[in-house]
Amino acid sequence: MAEALHFNRALGIDIGSTTVKVSLTCGGQIVFERYERHLSHIQDKTIELLEQASDLLAAAPFTVALSGSAGLGLSEISGLPFVQEVYATGEIVKQLEPDTGAVIELGGEDAKVIFFAGGTDARMNGSCAGGTGAFIDQMAALLDMTIPELDEASFRAERIYPIASRCGVFAKTDVQALFNQGAGKEDVAASIYQAVVNQTIVGLAQGRQLQGKLLFLGGPLYYCAGLRRRFRETLQRDETDCICPDYALFAVARGAAYLSRNLEPYTYDRLIESIRRTDEKSHYERGFVEPLFTDAEEYRNFRERHEQDNVVERSIEDYTGRAWLGIDSGSTTTKLVLISEDQELLYSYYCVNRGSPVEIVLEQLREIRRLCGDRIEICGAASTGYGEALMQHAFHTDAGVVETMAHYTAARFFQPEVDFILDIGGQDIKCFYIKNGAIDSIMLNEACSSGCGSFLETFAHAMGYEADEFARLGIKAKAPVDLGSRCTVFMNSSIKQAQREGASLADIAAGLSISVVKNALYKVIRAGSPDELGEHIVVQGGTLLNDAVLRALELELGRDVIRPEIAGLMGAFGAALVARQFGSSNLLSEAELAEFRHESSVRICRGCTNHCTLTVNRFADGGRYISGNQCQKPLGLDACEELPNLYHWKRERLLALAAGSGAGTGAGMDAGADAKRLRPKRSGKQEGELAVTTDRALGRMSEQMPEQRPGRMAEQRRESPRGRIGLPTTLSTYELAPLWQALFTELGYEVVFSPLSTRRIYEQGQLSIPSDTICYPAKVMHGHIELLLEQGLELLFYPSLTYNIDEGGSSNHFNCPVVAYYGEVLQGNLDALKSVKFLYPYLNINSAGQLTRTLYQALREVDPTIARSEVRRAVRAGYAALSAERAAVRRAGEEAVRYARRHHKRIMILAGRPYHVDPEICHGIDRLASALGFVIVTEDSVAHLAELPQLQILNQWTYHSRLYQAAQFACDNADVELVQLVSFGCGIDAITSDEVKRILESRGKLYTQIKIDDINNLGAVRIRLRSLLGALEAKDAAACRQQRDGDGRSGQGEKLKDADTSRKQRAGELKRTLPTASSWR
Amino acid sequence: MTSDYYVQFTPEMKEEYTILVPSMLNGHFELVIEFLGTYGYKMELLTGQGKEIVDLGLRYVHNDTCYPAILVIGQFLHALRSGKYDPQKTALIYFQTGGGCRATNYISLLRKALIKAELEFVPVISLSLLRLEEHPGFKLNIRQFMGLFDALLYGDLIYSLVNQTKPYEINAGDADALKQRWIKQLGDALGASAKNRDRILRHRKETYRKIIDDFAAIPKQPRDAIKVGIVGEIYVKFSPLGNNNLEDFLLGEGAEVVVPGLLDFFIYCLYNSILDYKYYGRDFFFHLLSRAAFRYLCNKKREMIKVMEEEGSFRPPAPFEHVIALNKDYISFGVKMGEGWLLPAEILELADSGVNNIVCVQPFGCLPNHIVGKGMMRPIKERNPDINIVAIDYDTSATSVNQENRLKLMLAAARLAD
Repeated sequence: MAEALHFNRALGIDIGSTTVKVSLTCGGQIVFERYERHLSHIQDKTIELLEQASDLLAAAPFTVALSGSAGLGLSEISGLPFVQEVYATGEIVKQLEPDTGAVIELGGEDAKVIFFAGGTDARMNGSCAGGTGAFIDQMAALLDMTIPELDEASFRAERIYPIASRCGVFAKTDVQALFNQGAGKEDVAASIYQAVVNQTIVGLAQGRQLQGKLLFLGGPLYYCAGLRRRFRETLQRDETDCICPDYALFAVARGAAYLSRNLEPYTYDRLIESIRRTDEKSHYERGFVEPLFTDAEEYRNFRERHEQDNVVERSIEDYTGRAWLGIDSGSTTTKLVLISEDQELLYSYYCVNRGSPVEIVLEQLREIRRLCGDRIEICGAASTGYGEALMQHAFHTDAGVVETMAHYTAARFFQPEVDFILDIGGQDIKCFYIKNGAIDSIMLNEACSSGCGSFLETFAHAMGYEADEFARLGIKAKAPVDLGSRCTVFMNSSIKQAQREGASLADIAAGLSISVVKNALYKVIRAGSPDELGEHIVVQGGTLLNDAVLRALELELGRDVIRPEIAGLMGAFGAALVARQFGSSNLLSEAELAEFRHESSVRICRGCTNHCTLTVNRFADGGRYISGNQCQKPLGLDACEELPNLYHWKRERLLALAAGSGAGTGAGMDAGADAKRLRPKRSGKQEGELAVTTDRALGRMSEQMPEQRPGRMAEQRRESPRGRIGLPTTLSTYELAPLWQALFTELGYEVVFSPLSTRRIYEQGQLSIPSDTICYPAKVMHGHIELLLEQGLELLFYPSLTYNIDEGGSSNHFNCPVVAYYGEVLQGNLDALKSVKFLYPYLNINSAGQLTRTLYQALREVDPTIARSEVRRAVRAGYAALSAERAAVRRAGEEAVRYARRHHKRIMILAGRPYHVDPEICHGIDRLASALGFVIVTEDSVAHLAELPQLQILNQWTYHSRLYQAAQFACDNADVELVQLVSFGCGIDAITSDEVKRILESRGKLYTQIKIDDINNLGAVRIRLRSLLGALEAKDAAACRQQRDGDGRSGQGEKLKDADTSRKQRAGELKRTLPTASSWR
Repeated sequence: MTSDYYVQFTPEMKEEYTILVPSMLNGHFELVIEFLGTYGYKMELLTGQGKEIVDLGLRYVHNDTCYPAILVIGQFLHALRSGKYDPQKTALIYFQTGGGCRATNYISLLRKALIKAELEFVPVISLSLLRLEEHPGFKLNIRQFMGLFDALLYGDLIYSLVNQTKPYEINAGDADALKQRWIKQLGDALGASAKNRDRILRHRKETYRKIIDDFAAIPKQPRDAIKVGIVGEIYVKFSPLGNNNLEDFLLGEGAEVVVPGLLDFFIYCLYNSILDYKYYGRDFFFHLLSRAAFRYLCNKKREMIKVMEEEGSFRPPAPFEHVIALNKDYISFGVKMGEGWLLPAEILELADSGVNNIVCVQPFGCLPNHIVGKGMMRPIKERNPDINIVAIDYDTSATSVNQENRLKLMLAAARLAD
């Protein structure tokens, strides 16, 4: 039998993104199997492995098939047969372990799940997914551990932190934040594994149960026992039916061999020749770009030009006198700089964080103190960066400087007229426009495109190079490949593609440099032409020390820029320059440093139901520093003033409504009472009371709900003859809760709202989310439904609302597709909904008549006793409640504005969508901003105070229309700032954010955008908001200076003297534009 | 909406301006251009390809915007900067549905990009069933609109025949050559004097038959090709620029590509206007108009199907009423943003006609497709376990290696089931 004979000698070659695996079968026996990393030398490595088996292979012809993502390219050029790897795995598993229920296979850059039990189905990760082997490699590098070390450490973990599993870039940011907070490596290691597990289950299984015997395949699962353990624990399985077979590495190769059995036989020589052929045939399908330098001469000129921008260095041993210290504790790197009286560089230090930044700085400070001896007196020290406050507490630096200000200070040193600064660091891209000596606008990369600098490094390491070496390769590249400009996960596959097309490492290195630059220019700055950036551009950050990146930037901009030689140290240098204001320093002395002890621990804050994870750092001198908090409560600052915060207010309103207190039902809401609720309380005691009420209300909705229910329920049953109806508190419910509450109550239902979202609720529903790139508010919805079902509700309601309420002024009044139709997704993807009645009727809430008609039809299905007249009455009651609530929100907005003006506070419109007030979705950004001294209002509470501005886009959506009006309100008022919250994955905000920005900037206002997702990392947000505050203060000061100058010239005596009074006066003027409360009654 | 929001296309401009049309389904568009040419519009189809288009798009459009906007706007800017056209004498045209998907804002994004590129004087014509904007120089009457739909119907027929011929043709290129010949012939016929156009329209059935016979006459080899359907977001579904030449890739893998026609999308839009009245009580008059147009187009499509059935060599598409009926128990017809309920309906239509292998394409992060694409796969698979479906995201930086590997997985499963 020819078939059997061929299978007797079959070769499978599996070339993945990182490794080559070869498997040779002879007479049903595996006679040769090898596994090796190929470091992108695909053909060479493959041939090398085959040569090891040359005796076996040369003995007789054999059949062969390639597989794997890199095998695909090789097969195209070599003409060797190819089998898709998931298919190969599926077939071999069917042969070897026919009782398998499902397979989880993780590879270098792919993740796959194959189901056998209950219908074969295979799934691969989408293009936006990083929870794979490469991800674990990256994370291990970040932890400065080998994979075995990481694996071993994971077994000692005590707790697991949430880490973004969707994409490696996000995860990196999270891990850095955990380090900066002092979390232990063991816990981080286990958390990384858990992230991979979650990614696999959420992203691939998507609600389908992993039934029957489970096989773990692929390198990461084979080598990492800890990862297998996390899978088993998460899936609640044990080792008996959840196994990793000894051929886990070779399943694909064996499958390829098996599937090759009917194909044409090859001889050894012909096989080798076919693989070699690829070398000659290699070509670029993809575009390539101009080389960075045409010749060595050009590179020399370039070097010379940039060497001019330097700081004079002076040996610390020769110097005697005063000195100032700057510490930049960044997310990935730590930098220290010591400068002399004449601003010479006495000492500098730059390193990539490996573990705790406190330890690194401690060691450096000891060294600096030692070198200074008695000759040099450190007269001032300042810290900046993510770890700014931590350093202040640990080492008693004299000042903390907002990162952005530190960089500006340093840039001004090199170019006093600087009007644009671009900083590309390890994790962040930051850029600032400078106008009139103040930072005018700040742009930071959103978490999804960050990590470009460290990506270069990680990739260099993966290829077996040091970062510098790798960059030098790029300088000599003849035809750099075009790798696109997006997040690094995409770049990985772009690189894979370029490799497949035969691009050299030099070309890839240059291409990567160009990508980093394009990311900054197109994704962060979004400049159409270099003229927009200004004439004097200073670039900095460790990544731009790389000549290839710098050159790529100059070429892309078409102009020369200034890169100081100390580009990587600019933050620290700027901090040192700021520290020069001090004459003497509190910085720990040599003796104190010797005594220095530091320990960090993690605890959960019990201050409120938000349960922030706090990292408590304790120092030997008794000092302590807490991070991870969203509000001031754990810091013991009870007496501090609580400013009006409409996010908080709206949450309380909703809780009150849900608790059935009757607020919001009927039209009899008392404006005075609203105002009282809103008014902040100054004394500690009162504030405590307020907190207690909040907690009680929250508790009522969340944890205590099941226990609290019975008593209330008995009472409710009497009043609610039609039983209970459950509404998920997400998306449109946030806005329409009063409508539905009043409407269904009137109809005789007891309305049950799900509690405010928490991380746990999200996790509870995450298994059935079908699209991993949808926005977080939609993802959370699954958990809300599960929770309502858990409470035994048999009737659920989330209406499909194509159209929102027409508030006038906009061209149309749609809801976004997700808000409008998520009911369809829930019905289709949540099995549990099939056993209850889930109503998602298509309603038009713009007309009472239409709503009555359609709702009547929908409700009659579940309760034939409902009469049309009843529905009509209920609709009327619902509308009354809704308009009362809308009016209350507007009044609350006005009241908050008035309060701010009376007390001379800045107002921040935290502009988003109604559902952004959810504490899990906005991650406490409102509290953070409030703690910075802003009065917080929502977009819908102030939109009515301004006209709709002239728009350059089509105003399609109701919620978004309010954004434009709110932006106009900010434009009209000097004391109002707008910060836009944008959900990651919200495509509509690509349109609105641009427009809001345009409106604000057309009137000289600052625009700040914060992207939010399921990740709770407030460090970056804090820097943003503090930078905003810094920029505002600088602007006020500049305006004040100008005014003073103006006074001097024109002698107008009544002009104001300082920023504070000028703001007061502006506030006074603006009061006139604000309607009095009575006009709204 | 005031007119200083946009530059109007005036009757004077009609005389001397060239109107640029973005590429998508080029055969259809060429026909439409020929047709509108008879009314005095000078239109030109952009066929530009290459990475410059993406680069320009990325530079002038918010990078989180959907991929089609980046490509279309990039293509327009690329053309305007190419020197081939005098920007002072050029207008742009784009279709606008007026729905709740952000695609309705592509025109605004295009204008923003033009402002940024200092080309703000270039008029952009919104071609829409809803007449969202006023362009006195570009007004189509009912008859012209209907003629436009005729062109699309012919386009769909030829497109379907080409797809059903290509994998089997013995002489590679036969089908494409024939397509070009017919487009020219139809274009000439539609584009000649009104009399000729009337004739071809009156003898519509004979023309269908002639086209079908021509394709049937192409020499073919008998073989079983795996049939792969393509559904998804309209631009990436049809545009080779948008989907990395998906059709060519599938053909290269030996598959026969089945793509539901373009006219269906317009009939779907009309059907939604009818439902807008039924579900939400909106615009009674427009609903009547839509109903008439809906019936007209459904009848025309059925007429074409009938001729295909009579001839018998090719698999005709399903009548639109049947497509509607198939979707009844899956997703509500109220879902009308983007491709809305049409997307699951097309998957079901394909499955119903024996095409079980389906590629569902969408731009990365497409909002409506979260609901109607990825969100509906589970219910569809639950009730049609034989459907083999793969979702592919397209994006400025998504690489073809990733996409192709997933397609290969789908094809491997298809061959296994075969």
